[in-house]
Amino acid sequence: MARVESSRRLGLRVPLSFAVLRAGVPGILAPPPRSCHGFSHMPYIPHSDPDREEMLSRIGAPSIESLFECVPASVRFPELDLPPGLSEIDVRREMESLAGANYSAADGPCFLGAGAYYHFVPAVVDAVLRRGEFYTAYTPYQPEISQGTLQTVFEYQTMICALTGMEVSNASHYDGATATAEAVITAINVHRLKRRKVVVSPWVHPEYRAVVRTYTQGMGLHVVGDVHSGPMAPASTLEALGEQVDGDTACVIVQYPDFLGRIEDLSDVAEAAHEAGALLVVVADPIGLGLLKPPGEYGADIVVGEGQGLGAGLTFGGPYLGFFATRDKYVRRMAGRLVGQTVDAEGKRGFVLTLSTREQHIRREKASSNICTNQGLIALAAAVYMAAMGRRGLRELSELCYHRAHYAADQIDQLEGYTVLREKSFFKEFAVRCRRPVKAINACLIDEWGILGGYDLGRDYPHLQGHMLVCVTEMNPREDIDLLVEALGDACGA
Amino acid sequence: MTQPLLFEISRPGRCAVRLPDLDVPPTDLPAGLVRSDLPLPEVSESDLVRHYTRLSQMNYAVDIGLYPLGSCTMKHNPRINEEMARLPGFAYLHPYQDEETTQGALFVGYSLQQFLSEIGGFAAVSLQPAAGAQGELAGVLMMRAYHIDRGDPQRDVMLVPDSAHGTNPATTSMSGLRVIEIPSDGRGNVDLASLETACVEHSSRLVGMMLTNPNTLGLFEQNVEEITALVHEHGGLMYGDGANMNALLGIARPGDLGFDVLHYNLHKTFSTPHGGGGPGCGPVGAAASLADFLPGPVVAMDVEQSEEDAPHFTLVVPPKPIGRVKAFYGHFGIWVRAYTYVRMLGAEGMRRVAEHAVLNANYLMSAVKGVYPIPYDRTCMHEFVCEGRFEDAPDVRALDVSKRLIDYGFHPPPNYFPLIVREALMIEPTETESKETLDRFADALLAIAEEARVSPELLYDAPHNAPVRRLDEVAAARNMILRWQPE
Repeated sequence: MARVESSRRLGLRVPLSFAVLRAGVPGILAPPPRSCHGFSHMPYIPHSDPDREEMLSRIGAPSIESLFECVPASVRFPELDLPPGLSEIDVRREMESLAGANYSAADGPCFLGAGAYYHFVPAVVDAVLRRGEFYTAYTPYQPEISQGTLQTVFEYQTMICALTGMEVSNASHYDGATATAEAVITAINVHRLKRRKVVVSPWVHPEYRAVVRTYTQGMGLHVVGDVHSGPMAPASTLEALGEQVDGDTACVIVQYPDFLGRIEDLSDVAEAAHEAGALLVVVADPIGLGLLKPPGEYGADIVVGEGQGLGAGLTFGGPYLGFFATRDKYVRRMAGRLVGQTVDAEGKRGFVLTLSTREQHIRREKASSNICTNQGLIALAAAVYMAAMGRRGLRELSELCYHRAHYAADQIDQLEGYTVLREKSFFKEFAVRCRRPVKAINACLIDEWGILGGYDLGRDYPHLQGHMLVCVTEMNPREDIDLLVEALGDACGA
Repeated sequence: MTQPLLFEISRPGRCAVRLPDLDVPPTDLPAGLVRSDLPLPEVSESDLVRHYTRLSQMNYAVDIGLYPLGSCTMKHNPRINEEMARLPGFAYLHPYQDEETTQGALFVGYSLQQFLSEIGGFAAVSLQPAAGAQGELAGVLMMRAYHIDRGDPQRDVMLVPDSAHGTNPATTSMSGLRVIEIPSDGRGNVDLASLETACVEHSSRLVGMMLTNPNTLGLFEQNVEEITALVHEHGGLMYGDGANMNALLGIARPGDLGFDVLHYNLHKTFSTPHGGGGPGCGPVGAAASLADFLPGPVVAMDVEQSEEDAPHFTLVVPPKPIGRVKAFYGHFGIWVRAYTYVRMLGAEGMRRVAEHAVLNANYLMSAVKGVYPIPYDRTCMHEFVCEGRFEDAPDVRALDVSKRLIDYGFHPPPNYFPLIVREALMIEPTETESKETLDRFADALLAIAEEARVSPELLYDAPHNAPVRRLDEVAAARNMILRWQPE
């Protein structure tokens, strides 16, 4: 592959829309709304003038404005400073121009991971998601006319259980981070609020740990285990974590593979947690679980994670998918929607939302979580994805990631100026110590080679300044990896 | 009509995907860390397409007909939104890319923040929350943080009207605060005398009040200015639940009404799809006094645009954030859809949306009035609540009316919410429904009321022509079959 001709950074096109949107920046007022009798054509409002007149006369109101007399007059009908509406042709031009101002994984090789992964999405996934019967429905409150959604959720729950080695899965959470926070709340509730300590590995995604702290800030918990000083020997982390568990610990949280991509046997940490009566929460990569021993086999009590790799695409960080699976005995402590199998009045199999007495609309202030809308459509994507890959495909894909990542690590390790940290096994990500600052290397990769380089671990771990987290997936063929190796050599030699 | 489960159509050896051959030397798999079996189904692509097509045919959806779920705003989802969110320059963007490579996406985020601030009357907006309930959590935590920051950490009381959505009290508890319920008055408004008593009693401990306006009865809270003044007088803050913003677009800005913080539901008001239960998006707007506490990062413009230069955007964390409420920045794919919607409609369109939503609701209400009791008989906003009960058919319940609506080809409205109305039917038609559709729906409701009198068994046994008959929910909770297992 040839080098990218000119610098993307310098070559960033100024989108047409910046001119178009000048009108949208506050200070330049849009034309005032016209009166009721001068409607512009609104594509999503079907009413004709005679419709409006007939409807008003039925209501007995003189005008549409008169319906709003209950609104205080001093604030009624503000003139909104928004840009004027556009035709679909113009909107499309503007959006294409904005999308074109980005440089994405569709434009060049991507070796960036750290919780969001460039994985393959089979065409069949989006074909299903585009069915209006799925995406323009809502939460299946009326089961008789929502069997499509309900059955797909039931199948999703089954496949998440299969993947994680657990007994029960809910219908989804917002993302891996909030699923982790909800796992903490579940663990606290399992212990009936009597245990106040949460032990979290520093190698759980930094943003997940932040979200756990956000969610629990009003609950008076102590979140410990991830505060570290100086370099922490990776081998000692799980042991050290186990040593922090005591009789006040509600749960222990580890990530598998961890944030640096490493995989370890979790049996000992599970034992340490269980000896103290604490729950083991495992944050897992579902693509990794195509190959790796499922957390359920290590004795995990709750398995959560980011389901983005299961067909959600990158889409700049969301919407993704939080999955949550646990043991049958904790089902009533689990938050979120749940679909169960039942029969209809004629004895035919059907599916319904069940155990909703746990949820906010019934329990109100006694509910343990306020979740209602979750990630329905992304869970559907994950279900289609898991079924498309199936028993064989997901294992093959997972192995492809594994072998390519190890090939990449071997090649990079041989480069002058780079050392791969490889005391532990890893899956599709690995940390590389770099002689030059990661930011400078990445600038060279994108500007000179059109490559999206790895994640700068110094952002979150002061002792890992100068370390890059490289991610390799099935979307990186050998030629991309070889190009990365060449580019990295160039970036350090420069 | 039933469709076998994936696991039942699975046959050993099938797979819907072909992957590339291994093009690198293999590495030994990690000893002791590899799974022995992966019990996922094995199906072909054609199996999958038929399976999901058939399942989709067992769903009702906005694309099929009127879906009048109160407070859910099941409006039409414009197709252009879907296409724009799938543009490769958006869909293949990694959240941790260098900002120089994501300026187009940040532009969308920044502009949407500006649009929502303007529409809601707020100083700043964070687009991070994933859904309305998470927006609520962010907003309530911000109120708590505000009081702690001012050296007022003992404040722990949140006032919540009895008509509130269940997420309001649930969010309050999650945030470590106490709920005090405020009753409604005879016109469906917050009872001002009770509110005043509660404010006085809890004055030094008042965090604030959560209020949905229009409320869940579909009524504009006429005393909203008195309420916000009263709560502010006692040092409290006003939380606005934006579930019902569709009635207020271009009509009134919550910030102007005295709200300090509010969540928007992009999947309700701003036409992004409900997805069969998400993903939603619940941005939070804040008045200047609360803007520092917003969850982040948010998008800031660090280089202003000029005649020669494009603006430049960057992600920043507000000065005293409550923390992040999810990983990354929010549901970007939903931002793109909402941004597209605002660009399509503009300022005039926003107001037209609210006007027609309110016109449609009032029209439907007047069409069924006199047959279905209307507990609070006044001009409604975008939705109204009637009672699904009849004096001459005392055994018929709102649930029966709902199930019978299915036979007439409509999605039923929610039953039994709000809790303060007997046998409630909460109806929100939205602005995207035509007069003919509303007429057909009203005719169905009137016909069902007649059936309730002359042949109520038609209602008890309904639905008759859905893919399945009434389902046994009690058995589902008792037997708890929550996944498929081989026999």
